[in-house]
Amino acid sequence: MSTQVELTVGGPKPTSSARLVATLSIAGMLSGFLLAASYQVTKPIIDANQARELRESVYKVVPGSTSVQRLVYREGALLPIDETEKTGEPVVFAAYDAAGRFCGYGVVNEGAGFADQVRLIYGFDPASKKILGMKVLASKETPGLGDKITKDAKFIANFDSLSIATPVVVVKGGRNADNQVDAITGATISSKAVVRIVNEANTFWSGKLPPPGAEPPPPTRSEGGTP
Amino acid sequence: MSAAPTQQGRLATEFAKGVWKENPVFVQVLGMCPTLAVTNSVANAIAMGVATFFVLVGSSFLVSLLRKLIPREIRISTYIIIIATFVTLADSALEALVPAVHHELGAFIALIVVNCIILGRQEAFAAKNPPLLAIADAAGMGLGFCIALLCLGGTREILGSGSFLGVSLFGPHFEPWVIMILPPGGFFMLGTALMLFAWMKQRRAARDGALA
Repeated sequence: MSTQVELTVGGPKPTSSARLVATLSIAGMLSGFLLAASYQVTKPIIDANQARELRESVYKVVPGSTSVQRLVYREGALLPIDETEKTGEPVVFAAYDAAGRFCGYGVVNEGAGFADQVRLIYGFDPASKKILGMKVLASKETPGLGDKITKDAKFIANFDSLSIATPVVVVKGGRNADNQVDAITGATISSKAVVRIVNEANTFWSGKLPPPGAEPPPPTRSEGGTP
Repeated sequence: MSAAPTQQGRLATEFAKGVWKENPVFVQVLGMCPTLAVTNSVANAIAMGVATFFVLVGSSFLVSLLRKLIPREIRISTYIIIIATFVTLADSALEALVPAVHHELGAFIALIVVNCIILGRQEAFAAKNPPLLAIADAAGMGLGFCIALLCLGGTREILGSGSFLGVSLFGPHFEPWVIMILPPGGFFMLGTALMLFAWMKQRRAARDGALA
């Protein structure tokens, strides 16, 4: 009995359930409103950033290119379809120079690395069957060792003008043929993963790309920075 | 400060305590998850520090402003709603403005919600004090957190990558001490910093004892 009395006298009066529910509902509603507003503001910027990042990666792996067109492989043909339509069909990027001449494809592929998925893009010239350049887009490889596949200039230079007429092979201690990639010391597994991902994509696309010279024409409208 | 403190003096005291004397990382040992996880480079440390600072100051201000309207029974849930809102705002702002850093920090931005420094300041200070004082307290604690992250991030990047903010310091012949940017390096540096602070505290106590 006495504890009961003490509780009601000493402690603060309990708040009614209605007020508790009302307070939390109002807080939740205000929060939801704020988040919806911020999403509206930042979503287009985020999408534009991602599209620009991908476009710049294509320019990087296909030297000399200044514009790019997204091509979707559908029923045996490459159709120009932009980012707004994401269907899960295979996608390849055609890159063109300032005069509108075709300079190569940008191919994105991902696969297992040493830790988690490695996502990369490489430039491909169908006429000479050569890789023009490679850039890792996302990886969680070990910092300081495996992540050299992203940063090591010497390793990345392996992919400048690398022949892929026959599958690319990984070697150690220097290249002897133009389809060889010299592995990074201490990151052999990551180096092999990169090469495997490139080879897989190349196997997938061979036969699906049009014969050299019959590439889709550049887009007539400009592929500028606007989303 | 023994006489009745002026409003300004009070603000300064509340601000200063978080920076050094009650530093949230080195003295209170709170917020260990981001402290260990994202201090592998200076850029990451700055982004995490700024995001936490923003969330802390924003939530403290709002909680202090609404302190008489929030019923006692549901104060924690209300604080969490407020904190989570600010965190999500910071998350989308970082993704829009600095996508590279946002990519690097990943889930740790969202995890600011459960950073003990923030919830701790709401419960211990903002819920009992007027908004101006709450902002001073939050800004001090936020700055203290930033300084702690920068100390660890700076040392770890210099030793582990041989660079500061991505700028190479020692030239190509420096062999970086890779373990410092891996998780064990975080524990080593934090342990060393805590040891330093404990030692300074002991020395101060000994000196004060000798004076008395």
